Amino acid sequence: MDLFLSIFIGGLLIGGIYSLVAMGLSLQYGVAKVLNIAHGEFLMIGAFLTFLLQQNGVDPLLTVVIIAPLMFVVGYILYRTIFTTIRLKASNPGVFESNALLAAFGLYFIVQNIGRLIWGTTPVSYSYLPGTFSLGGALFNDDRLVAAAFAVAVGAAFYLYLARTRTGKAIRAAAQDPSTAGLMGVNINNTLALCFGFGAAMAGVAGALISICYPISTTMGLGYTVIAIVVVTLGGLGSIPGSFIGGFILGVIGTAVTSWDAGLSVASYYVIFVILLLVRPKGLFGK
Amino acid sequence: MDFSKINWKKNALIWGIPLVGVVLLSFFPQYGSAYWVTRLTYFMMYIILAVAWTIFSGATGYISLASSAFFGVGIYAAALLGESMPLIFVVLIGGAASFVLAFIFGAITLRLRGIYFAMFTFGLVLLFKELIYYYEINVEGLRGRFVVLQSNETIYYYLLGIFVVTMIVAYLIRRSKYGLALQSIGQNEEAAAHTGVNVTMVKILTFATSAIFMGAAGVIMATKWTYVDPGVAFNLMISFTPVLMAIFGGMGNIYGPVIGAVLFAYLQEVLTTGEWSNYYMLIFGAVLIAAIVFMPNGLMGLIQKLVGLVRKWRKGGSEVQNANT
Repeated sequence: MDLFLSIFIGGLLIGGIYSLVAMGLSLQYGVAKVLNIAHGEFLMIGAFLTFLLQQNGVDPLLTVVIIAPLMFVVGYILYRTIFTTIRLKASNPGVFESNALLAAFGLYFIVQNIGRLIWGTTPVSYSYLPGTFSLGGALFNDDRLVAAAFAVAVGAAFYLYLARTRTGKAIRAAAQDPSTAGLMGVNINNTLALCFGFGAAMAGVAGALISICYPISTTMGLGYTVIAIVVVTLGGLGSIPGSFIGGFILGVIGTAVTSWDAGLSVASYYVIFVILLLVRPKGLFGK
Repeated sequence: MDFSKINWKKNALIWGIPLVGVVLLSFFPQYGSAYWVTRLTYFMMYIILAVAWTIFSGATGYISLASSAFFGVGIYAAALLGESMPLIFVVLIGGAASFVLAFIFGAITLRLRGIYFAMFTFGLVLLFKELIYYYEINVEGLRGRFVVLQSNETIYYYLLGIFVVTMIVAYLIRRSKYGLALQSIGQNEEAAAHTGVNVTMVKILTFATSAIFMGAAGVIMATKWTYVDPGVAFNLMISFTPVLMAIFGGMGNIYGPVIGAVLFAYLQEVLTTGEWSNYYMLIFGAVLIAAIVFMPNGLMGLIQKLVGLVRKWRKGGSEVQNANT
């Protein structure tokens, strides 16, 4: 029973970060229709920038104030330069999705190599909030709780932004049907680029939170991209709340498999992904 | 048969140039340096992968990132069977195993939308890598395996054979009714289904056929590398590089992927061995993006466009002359 509870709570704690990563990808893939395989690389850059600032005496949680806008601008510019061009040249949405995927792979190679050239491949870590707390008879690190709470707060704030503001409404309209939204007066190129930028910003924030909890390395990105893809499929394409909840579900499943045999955790994500695609491709919360 | 109706000049171009090329290639090891025999081996490996990839993905628009999975199956066929069987049987078994595997996965996934298919095939390679690492370390207690070494010339001639068969099959598929069905799937799948094409069956069979050549090439390359582990066999770059080569060369023409493969294999050689080796992946990514943004029809598409423009310009020029006289 204790083991069950500790897996459950541990899973929820890591699930908060998964949710944030997946929400970012959900915006890029579900709305902007770019399956951004470089998502994890933005996360890696965010993590290393946090590390850099932390070494210079900045509180890791405060770095978010710098990283989020920086990543947003980078993502926005990337979309407006590369992906808008591909979208306008593509003959149909299917062609756009395939070409955008390949361009994202190119981005993946570029960003990962920039990281590698600057920071090398050895993992680094720093200590922040080294304390622990006890819950249900098991011990958990304080930093995990802070990271999870922060991730949930960012997720909730973004959800309110989508639900309550005009821009949020435009994003939701673009998620349903970009061309119709464009006809209704939504500046579609700008809205999609905004989504891509917000996605990159969330990846950067998630990277900052990961660097608080775990050792980071320049090769960690792809693993988080795979997790985000699985969560987005789990929650349903384009469904932001779906991704949010899906992150926690996958966190618990992943922690359970890892506690049984760590070598199988990546394989288990993929098995979940395959079963979902075959049984319910629109995800648990998709319509 | 009425010989006067045959366009000899056109046929000589279509059959003559490749024939001369193959004859030259087949005599090369007798005259060329050992360095260039190895170089050509890698060129042919990439050509086989790029052309085989184009057979399915180029025509239908379904991006497969599973090339490495089938290539890896061939590599493991060589590692497991290389000692107990003559090479030719291993090649056939490697090809057949890839066919069966691609058939099964095609049947599962080719009903999905294109983008899900790309993600699935991408994950397939990662899954194979993880599972085989897990099996080898926990059950067999080893990391990699040794493969019986073959002489450079044997490897060269086997690859040449696979290369020729791949080209012929790619050509025949493109020319046939079957190829037309594939093209129509790429342009509009629903319309293709309505005109009576058995869409799912055509897709699955072509996907499986293209995997044969990847598996066969994997068997031969394993005998060159002699030591393989899952990281080598299921290397994601083996999935991406042929895609980039095919897109860069252009998929509208059968020689597009060939040209793209040769150019990139050469570029890779120059970049990875020289002082630029740290920047290879960076340049690779930048070229990939530039190729997609600026040349969606590839090098061959660009050349065809230029040829068209020149013709139009010359025609326009002669018309002006006629008007003047």
